[in-house]
Amino acid sequence: MHEATIAHLAQSLKDRKVSSKELTKYFLERISRLDTSLNSFITVCEEEALAQADSADELLATGDATPLTGIPIAHKDIFCTEGVKTSCGSRILDNFISPYDATVVSKLKAAGAVMLGKTNMDEFAMGSSNETSFYGVVHNPWDTTRVPGGSSGGSAAAVAAQLVSGATGTDTGGSIRQPAALTGITGLKPTYGRVSRYGMVAFASSLDQAGTLTKTAEDSALMLQAMAGADERDSTSLSAIVPDFSKAQKSAWENITIGVPDNFFDDSLDTKNAQLVKEALSVFEKLGARIKDIHLKHIHLSVPVYYVVAPAEASSNLSRFDGVRFGHRSEHAENLTEFYMKTRGEGFGSEVKRRILTGTYVLSAGYYDAYYLQAQKVRQLISQDFAEAFKTVDVIAGPTTPTPAFRIGQKTDDPIQMYLNDMYTIGAPLAGLPALSMPCGFINNLPVGLQLTGPHLSEEKLLKAGYYYQQETDWHNFVPPGYEA
Amino acid sequence: MAWEIVIGLEIHTQLATKSKIFSGSPTQYGATPNSQASLVDLGYPGVLPVLNQSVVHMAIKFGLATDCEISRRSVFARKNYFYPDLPKGYQISQYELPIVHSGHLDIVLDDGNIKTIGITRAHLEEDAGKSLHEDFQGLSGIDLNRTGTPLLEIVSEPDLRSAEEAGTYMRSIHKLVRYLGISDGNMQEGSFRCDANVSIRKKGDKKLGTRTELKNLNSFRFVEKAIRVEVERQIDLLEDGGKITQETRLYDADKNETRPMRSKEEANDYRYFPDPDLLPVIINDELIENVRAELPELPNARTKRLIRDHGISDSMAEELTSSPAIADYFEEATKNTPHVPAKRIGNLIQRELSAALNREGLSIEGSKISPSMIGKLAQKIEDNTVSASAASTVFDEIWKTGGSSNVDSIIEKHGLKQITDMHTIEAMVDDVIINNPEQIIQFKNGKEKVIGFLVGQVMKESKGKANPQNVNQILRSKLSSS
Amino acid sequence: MLLNREDVEKLCLLSRLEITPEEMEDVSAKLSDIVNMVKQLQAAETTGVLPMAHPLDQAQRMREDKATETDHHEKYQQNASLVERDLYLVPKVID
Repeated sequence: MHEATIAHLAQSLKDRKVSSKELTKYFLERISRLDTSLNSFITVCEEEALAQADSADELLATGDATPLTGIPIAHKDIFCTEGVKTSCGSRILDNFISPYDATVVSKLKAAGAVMLGKTNMDEFAMGSSNETSFYGVVHNPWDTTRVPGGSSGGSAAAVAAQLVSGATGTDTGGSIRQPAALTGITGLKPTYGRVSRYGMVAFASSLDQAGTLTKTAEDSALMLQAMAGADERDSTSLSAIVPDFSKAQKSAWENITIGVPDNFFDDSLDTKNAQLVKEALSVFEKLGARIKDIHLKHIHLSVPVYYVVAPAEASSNLSRFDGVRFGHRSEHAENLTEFYMKTRGEGFGSEVKRRILTGTYVLSAGYYDAYYLQAQKVRQLISQDFAEAFKTVDVIAGPTTPTPAFRIGQKTDDPIQMYLNDMYTIGAPLAGLPALSMPCGFINNLPVGLQLTGPHLSEEKLLKAGYYYQQETDWHNFVPPGYEA
Repeated sequence: MAWEIVIGLEIHTQLATKSKIFSGSPTQYGATPNSQASLVDLGYPGVLPVLNQSVVHMAIKFGLATDCEISRRSVFARKNYFYPDLPKGYQISQYELPIVHSGHLDIVLDDGNIKTIGITRAHLEEDAGKSLHEDFQGLSGIDLNRTGTPLLEIVSEPDLRSAEEAGTYMRSIHKLVRYLGISDGNMQEGSFRCDANVSIRKKGDKKLGTRTELKNLNSFRFVEKAIRVEVERQIDLLEDGGKITQETRLYDADKNETRPMRSKEEANDYRYFPDPDLLPVIINDELIENVRAELPELPNARTKRLIRDHGISDSMAEELTSSPAIADYFEEATKNTPHVPAKRIGNLIQRELSAALNREGLSIEGSKISPSMIGKLAQKIEDNTVSASAASTVFDEIWKTGGSSNVDSIIEKHGLKQITDMHTIEAMVDDVIINNPEQIIQFKNGKEKVIGFLVGQVMKESKGKANPQNVNQILRSKLSSS
Repeated sequence: MLLNREDVEKLCLLSRLEITPEEMEDVSAKLSDIVNMVKQLQAAETTGVLPMAHPLDQAQRMREDKATETDHHEKYQQNASLVERDLYLVPKVID
């Protein structure tokens, strides 16, 4: 049952071969048995899940079900969930019970999905390895001495180990696609604004976007369908019409042109990884796609741009955590300034502090023009490069990460090395573009990903390319050893 | 040494919206603490601001009324600092691209001259909450009801040259925002607040002196007093060879002095940057024209029109247009009285009505006497049915009945009809002449002023009903013939 | 190092973040590395390029002026550590 995709489970539920309650109990049992080795969940909501499953079963009985009705999913702990702890992986929110649901959460609830719990993540989504969580490291199910990637590492590990059928994630610089690649699953970061940010604890507001972590592109379409759409509570959500993603992705294949940037095949890329990506491209060629070499002139500056823009926005977004209205409050302060400094000093971990300080630095008087403003200009150039490329190609393909999963602790003391892990994924969020990562092979039994990036609002195209690729390949069907049963 | 005073004002006007600038919370004053603070106002994790369209319309209205340029594209920025009344740790404001800029307003100085004051910019921002300093075992209490209330911050050029000019400018802006209907201007409730940037320089110097910023001047009187005392302080300091420090100072009304604000001492670096949760506000011609069509007649134009159409004095027109409601009342009262000089109606409003309103703490909307009654009363004075002093009695009587009685019946009932019968008046004049021999001698010795006293005595005798002109005439003729 | 102890202390005060004396050296070193890495942006030719604050070229949507929120302060204050007479409490604020 656990190996089934959401699409399969939906059919079984519809045909009444299994009830949502049975599924829910089944997956809750897997979590309690298998998650001790992974630490992918921060909170498991057994009671709420069983109650939701009951309502889902009622809906299924009346025939008013959506493809997600009764499907067990998990939310990254960055999404506010009413009445349930929402920690964002941080000590500062360890005691925080959200009084409201994020739009993503209420939409998936309305679609009938059953929330099994909240997944572990890098603190405030700041990390590429899930090592910065207050709740401890998440382990990669393919090799528990390795990281699952981050920041949606808990969601990725849980889906890869089949503790849940699908999970939500958020992507600011690669936080869905990179862990998806490192755990051998499919991760979709939609166009900026496609999915509402309301109720998603903000990291970098101009980059953050919610998306999906699933086994297949087919499942991504099902989840995105329920999540996407304009939200009157988010001024930056897009009012564009939401198409039928499943229908679109299964429509007849049309020959597309795939652009392959030479920049993505530089010295940083593991040679085996490069080879697997090339093999994936040949699958598309067999399908009839045309491959075209392209060059993105400023993409090499995406990491520095990101590490100015994201910390700048984060330094401001995280100012609200002051211990007054919610969250951790220091007991050791003598005066107001000390109260703030201690509350925040005790509440935030070292990576979060580093990013707040970096952000404060690049925005401060005397540095604003040289760093923040300059980064915004280079961001414009990177975005223009993509726009230029999309005049001649439909999608851009390349590796998701330079290497497969690295060992826990390997890069914790070197932020720059850690940051460079996102070198291929940062471009898309800087330009607000949708991007999909899906498994394209293994290096020493560790999965790696192929990344497809499209123009704004091209999710249909990406999901279709993903669907057809997964019809031709079976990398997405591999299950990490130890989690087969 | 001759010093020139240079003042610029930053006026914070709360906009009279039903909901907050970025959330759907109500904006009523005086609610239970924190009962009007939604998740957005509280800065909860994950929430986002959504702009209220009324605040944009109101800002455009102000811009059009002050000949400002309306920015086709304006941007909200974050001003970052930590303070307990600022839940997000940043204030959403406008920095580089304000919604309106480069305008001006003409003000009428005390000597009747007009001066044009430049308006640098007016920008939208959210108000902060309130810290309550009453003792909670050494802690402060925070009420976030005011958080997110829309403010229009109106920044003037440093064109003001005295405390009085600053006061006049502030009153003019106050009048304007109430005319435009964009603010209730209630200063007790903090809907209209002012900071003043004050500096002095040697007469003739081009370069501005170092300025200090006086915070939270919440009444017209305080603005003038605070500026006066701050200017004195600066002059004393410079003349003693000292230097002005650029700083924020607080005016202490009890001690009538300014002192540096302790909390603002540490150097601030607000790290403004465009708020990524909000997109640029785009204003097109159509919106501007729609707002323009809704613009009411502005105070200066209305003052001029009242002078022209009604033949009243500048000062009366100025006073009657101090609020749109008073001007409306005046114009309504003049409607059906073509033969009454508008000045009579104006006098009744300025004296009788405003005294009655003041006494009961009412605004003109609460008047117990309708404009048409005032018109009628003025008519009765004009056609000599009642004297001005009897009119005052009529007014009070109508007021007492809550406006339910009519002018004629009150005059009838209280016998207030003016005595125009010459014989009756002559008899009363004779009585007064007999009873005031001393004053008669003084008058005959050339002390002209005594006549006023004698007329007064006759009026008193007649209980205000005699026509004072008749009295004066008869008195003079009797005194000169005897 | 690009950022010395004093620079970091200033940033800590601006961001209201306490860093222990033991952490200080490590924080300064790593911040310096990061600043050094992002410094390469300065070599990029950006004359005449408009800064990009937002990935989408869209205008702000606006909401009708209606009071839609109701009073939930008791529920919201359950997340606060110190509340008295409906007020959030903080160490004394000095003007």
